Amino acid sequence: MEMIPYTVEIREDTGVNNAKLGIWLFLASEVMLFGGMFSAYIFLRLGAVSWPEGSSLLSVPIATFNTLVLIGSSVTMVLSWVALVENNFAKYRRYLGLTILLALLFLVVKGFEYNEKFSHDLYPATSTFLAIYFTLTGLHALHIIGGVIVNSYFWGPGSKMWSSDPQRFTNRIEVAGLYWHFVDLVWIFLFPVLYLM
Amino acid sequence: MSESNDHHEMSYWRKYIFSQDHKVIGLQYAFTAMFFLIFGFSLMLIMRWQLAYPGEAVPLIGWLLGETNAPGGIILPEFYNSLGAMHGTIMIFLGIVPLAVGAFGNYIVPLQIGAPDMAFPKLNMASYWSYFVGGVVMLSSFFVPGGAANSGWTSYPPLADIATTGQTMWLFGMIFLITSSLLGAVNFIVTIIQLRAPGLTWMRLPFFVWAQLVTAFLLLLAFPPLEAAGVLQLMDRLAGTSFFLPSGLVISGELLEVSGGGSPLLWQHLFWFLAHPEVYVLILPAMGIVAEVIATNTRKPLWGYRPMVYSTIFLGFMSFVVWAHHMYMTGMGTVISAFFQTTTMIISIPSVVILSALFISLWGGSIRFTTPMLFALGFLPMFGIGGLTGLPLGLAAADIHLHDTYYVIGHFHYIVAPGTIFAMFAGIYHWFPKVTGRRLNETLGKIHFWGSFVCMNGIFFPMLIQGLAGVSRRLWDGGEQYAHAQGTLWANEVMSISAWALFVFQIPFLINLIRSIRGGEKVGDNPWNATTLEWTAPSPPPHGNFSATPQVYRTAYEYSLPDRDSDFLPQSEPGEGS
Amino acid sequence: MNATAQNIGDHTRTYLMVFGVLAVLTVVTVAVGYLSLPIGLGITIALIIATVKGSLVAAVFMHLASEVKPIYWLLLMTLFFLLVMFVLFIGAFLDQGGTHVS
Repeated sequence: MEMIPYTVEIREDTGVNNAKLGIWLFLASEVMLFGGMFSAYIFLRLGAVSWPEGSSLLSVPIATFNTLVLIGSSVTMVLSWVALVENNFAKYRRYLGLTILLALLFLVVKGFEYNEKFSHDLYPATSTFLAIYFTLTGLHALHIIGGVIVNSYFWGPGSKMWSSDPQRFTNRIEVAGLYWHFVDLVWIFLFPVLYLM
Repeated sequence: MSESNDHHEMSYWRKYIFSQDHKVIGLQYAFTAMFFLIFGFSLMLIMRWQLAYPGEAVPLIGWLLGETNAPGGIILPEFYNSLGAMHGTIMIFLGIVPLAVGAFGNYIVPLQIGAPDMAFPKLNMASYWSYFVGGVVMLSSFFVPGGAANSGWTSYPPLADIATTGQTMWLFGMIFLITSSLLGAVNFIVTIIQLRAPGLTWMRLPFFVWAQLVTAFLLLLAFPPLEAAGVLQLMDRLAGTSFFLPSGLVISGELLEVSGGGSPLLWQHLFWFLAHPEVYVLILPAMGIVAEVIATNTRKPLWGYRPMVYSTIFLGFMSFVVWAHHMYMTGMGTVISAFFQTTTMIISIPSVVILSALFISLWGGSIRFTTPMLFALGFLPMFGIGGLTGLPLGLAAADIHLHDTYYVIGHFHYIVAPGTIFAMFAGIYHWFPKVTGRRLNETLGKIHFWGSFVCMNGIFFPMLIQGLAGVSRRLWDGGEQYAHAQGTLWANEVMSISAWALFVFQIPFLINLIRSIRGGEKVGDNPWNATTLEWTAPSPPPHGNFSATPQVYRTAYEYSLPDRDSDFLPQSEPGEGS
Repeated sequence: MNATAQNIGDHTRTYLMVFGVLAVLTVVTVAVGYLSLPIGLGITIALIIATVKGSLVAAVFMHLASEVKPIYWLLLMTLFFLLVMFVLFIGAFLDQGGTHVS
């Protein structure tokens, strides 16, 4: 036997290929990772003597802007996949490039936000709220960085596969997209939980 | 990842070190895990000296331990704590899980389902190397100031939050190990769901594959909360947060300068959310191996294959809702306590179903008492004792007396040591001919089994007695200073001598293993006349495993069918049968 | 996803519409935050909006609306365990007297 079956084609009785199932399994574990963090948040908040309103310590307008940036990057991500399905490689690169730039913009804004806190002597050690804030957003930022690395690879050297195996490359972008949308989805919950509640 | 499957000549490095072949990776896991098992066992052998002869210098190897740990060869209490914490960590996360899942799962699962390899060979390689790095980090933590982690394998805060640098290393090591397990789990699930050979329907899967599938789901969904907890503890230690530190904590008479407001119980919840499913990660692959060995050596189909499969799945689900039975002594309320006691009693049912099915499978069989079968037969009563001694711990009233005593240690060691480890031995003797094309020596194997069987009970049974007397599991001097422990102090020496003898009885095994790789009796592809798919591949299987994709026609254990000349009917053989 | 070109054109429009809805919902949730509602009500509204947004992302961008059964089962199982974790953490906390000091 030469090839591992169902890397590209769909297995009939399960309805998926390997990569699709694999990424969803990975995302399931990510749900439990962030779920563990959210459980910790709930547990600590329930027992806290007092809990500051997020907006009193954090900047809601900046975070709103960042939310829009991240949602925007999700749209460009899915459009880059659409471009591949339409067989339009140039358009794919434009949209994926835009996705990466938006992700970097998000990180830069986040960096400013962190810096702003530090300059006011607000550190993770200052209070349980800030500890949760820095840990959750930091973990989320690590996921963004991971996504930027993966997407940059598929924008640059990884895109060679488009000429050798376009079907498989399209699948890869779909899978990378699933991860990226998940990171967006986590932020959609982080934003109100940390900033608005 | 298909390109990795080509038959072109590969360099030594690609072929044996950074290999993507599931069989090479399986063996890498096997050798690394066996090293760690011996290492973790050795830590315990040193501890057992201190317990049997407290305050006396360790003979022969005392000088090796270092002046800071054991001045003049006498073990310091801090070092004893390190040994205990690292024994647990190494045996569970670096020894048994990698052996049961990484080694057996990797090598056997693709063969049993008729697949050319795992679904993601590169991920598979990454999983092994992540494990390897985690292991190196754990080992190197012995050499940092203050020594290795010394807050128990459970790393309870606030103690772990303020412990020496070794604890930080422990956390980093765990993050690598968790990553490894997650990558492996994704790979196993996709492989089992997607790469089953044509005709290999769910109810035709060998039980071992089912056990590995459920195990992989436990690793996938239970480990991430511990990763979250690990990150939070790292923040506590490195960034000065107080996730697990309550307000007003006083250490050595001084108020700790932290913001406070944290909860040590939060760690316990997150930790046991993983660590109870982890118990089933330790036991399910073992049950899988035992089922294979019993079916092959009784020449009978497994009794109650379907109930066993359903029990395994049910066990997997239930294992997520029993974790707080480790926490009855934390001031838990009565409602939640009643809930967890109920679920704990319920989860014992599927375990009993599986064990009973295995026992009944023996009924009326023409049993071949080969070495793997002896280990499998040894597993059954040992796991039985381990399981039954767990029931009193699952009930809060009994647990108040038994909690944190040697009884607990005896209970879970009966499950993992003469339980899981015996199953691992059974698996090694059973599948060695597939890996090498040669058989392990039976005489040495029987010496190994009987010696280990007697010694294991010599170590762990007295623990139950000591525990019932109320002796705490964490005493550096084995209870010498305590009035209530005086009556059972005799047991310390018995257990220690048994432990050292157990080590001696592993020597024939190691000699057997090394000698048989080149010098063992040569056997054919199917020396046990077994039915599952791995025995239709050549021994050892080449890269890509099968010359043609096997077609499966029947269930996994078609032994001793009436009206047939041979007493077994392989899954891939066309013709009559179910 | 074996979509034809025509289909894809429709999809693109859907993706842009969803983007619009998500943006509006983001603004709405912030605006609600400024209303200074009672804390319980505020949290409930914020979480409902977040759930709607999350579901949109999952259903449309992640194609969950047209996914196969095994993926649904996997996600249902994961969400079940997540719920178990939340409920039992909260339950254990409340049952021990609603305080961290035990």
